[in-house]
Amino acid sequence: MLSSARRFGRQLVLGTLLVNNNPYKIVIGLETHVQLLTATKLFCRCSTQFGQPPNTQTCPVCIGLPGTLPVMNRKAFHLSLVTAEALNCEIPEFTKWDRKNYYYPDLPKGYQISQYDLPLSQHGWLEINDPKGRFDSKRVGIIRAHLEEDAGKSMHDEIAGKSDSRIDLNRVGTPLLEIVSCPDINSPEEAKTYLTELKLLLTYLSVSDCNMQEGSLRVDANINLHVTTTDGVVATPIVEVKNMNSFRAVERAMAYEAQRQFDDWKQTSCKLGDMPKQTRGWDDEAQLTRPQRSKEESSDYRYFPDPDLVPVIVKSEQVEEVRRNLGELPAALRSRLESTYEIKPADAAVIVNQGRSFVDYYIQLATSCGDGKEASHWVQQDVLRTLHDNQWTIDEFSVSADQLSELLKSVQHGDMDKSRARDVFKEMVASGESSVNTMKTMGIQKVGQSDAVGLCQKLLSDFPKIVEDVKGGRQQAIGRLIGEAKKQNPNINPAQFRQLCLKMIDEM
Amino acid sequence: MSLTRAEIEQVSLLARLQLGEEELDRLTDQLGQIVEYVKLLDELNTDKISPMAHGVEQFNNFAADEHRAGLKRDEALANAPKRDEECYRVPAVLGGN
Repeated sequence: MLSSARRFGRQLVLGTLLVNNNPYKIVIGLETHVQLLTATKLFCRCSTQFGQPPNTQTCPVCIGLPGTLPVMNRKAFHLSLVTAEALNCEIPEFTKWDRKNYYYPDLPKGYQISQYDLPLSQHGWLEINDPKGRFDSKRVGIIRAHLEEDAGKSMHDEIAGKSDSRIDLNRVGTPLLEIVSCPDINSPEEAKTYLTELKLLLTYLSVSDCNMQEGSLRVDANINLHVTTTDGVVATPIVEVKNMNSFRAVERAMAYEAQRQFDDWKQTSCKLGDMPKQTRGWDDEAQLTRPQRSKEESSDYRYFPDPDLVPVIVKSEQVEEVRRNLGELPAALRSRLESTYEIKPADAAVIVNQGRSFVDYYIQLATSCGDGKEASHWVQQDVLRTLHDNQWTIDEFSVSADQLSELLKSVQHGDMDKSRARDVFKEMVASGESSVNTMKTMGIQKVGQSDAVGLCQKLLSDFPKIVEDVKGGRQQAIGRLIGEAKKQNPNINPAQFRQLCLKMIDEM
Repeated sequence: MSLTRAEIEQVSLLARLQLGEEELDRLTDQLGQIVEYVKLLDELNTDKISPMAHGVEQFNNFAADEHRAGLKRDEALANAPKRDEECYRVPAVLGGN
């Protein structure tokens, strides 16, 4: 498994290089559907809990029985405003809902309540960066973010030759925020980074759990190429790619689709406008896109304002309040960590990606021990590994930031070296004790200067050959002495002891 | 005639209604009359009237995000032409989600 994954990774890198050297620009726009974290549905008070038995979370409103009236969920609207504001969108004063009409068994009303010409937000942007420098920082435009209801789920039943589809309407009416990006994304890496940054932002805002396995975050992509030819730039037909179940799948699907479109263009010279928009599905197992049967005539949605819902007016004071309460968002947090604690952008990104509680832990540690870089190493290596091995969140972690800070200070004072500190750390994780107590239990204490000098004198007379070697210019011979010293006194600080030995040999 | 037969055929396809020849003729006529009637409104001069998104001058009607019990499964499935223990059953849908 691992070796085949590695092989694939290498192929992908080669493919990417190829793409970058090709005479075309990739143009991608992403449509992201995010399930909002509400307890109940958008227009009725049925639960939105995932994974319940089929058709146990419905009511006359969401299954579209006659004579029912939808009423907007206040929290869903608020979470939409919060997200729109964090995406730097304009929030118009007036917004309304429309019926998007299409006939499908998982849509019992025969229309989806969505937003057409007056969405609740528009014209925003999200900035993306790559600490690895594969692309320049850029703002990806957000065309709009609007609030709509989800459809149900149809499952094809092939058991015993039955050819029915089974319909579960639990999901019908769940609030979705559809976030539509401008076609500002120009590589598979940028697409993945945009989604990662969007997910991080939504997680910080607590507007969605963004769980892709449970369908809380779904992505469709529109992609084509702008090919440079001797006659100018030619655009290839736009393809909508669906069925991408992870960010990695999006990245790979975009790389595959770019190459496929280029090959196709070389063969057919088919350009934008020569054929209707095509929909293709990503097959993750085969690692390719296949044409999908599109819903017949589905482009004719005959939108009109929903007479069952009254419009919403958003006052500027309300927007102002939402803005005030946004809190510190990932981009701002990253630059604060970089400037305040002097850590690299890549390190700040790793820390911020772990979520707000982890960042707070880091800040507490860095402030308390006074060394942001060292604190960054510790949280990224030892703390993250421990959390990962034990499947803990930072809130469940047994060593507090203050306790870890004490340990780091002991290393700063030269009480022990970093490798011994790691052993102490492991004990602290297991016992939950302070570093002072743990060091005591482990018999670790700083070796006094006179003891160190005594030990050094003894070793120098025991190993005259080493003294000779060092004097002859072979400094590395000193390693043997340090090994011996650690055997005789495990508390010896190797770095300090090395300096001491060199100094004493020099004086001999 | 305000609606053509081709338009009625298109709309019936969108609504997944299988209509016979005679029904298509009849509905073209009847729906045409309805549209014709609504067209009476065109006689009014609306130059100085701003468009409305809703018939009632009401805004911001919200409900709190608080759970209320809905239908039991058997109640929800009660009117289904075809069902099983858990789900509605419909003719095969391929390629959906």
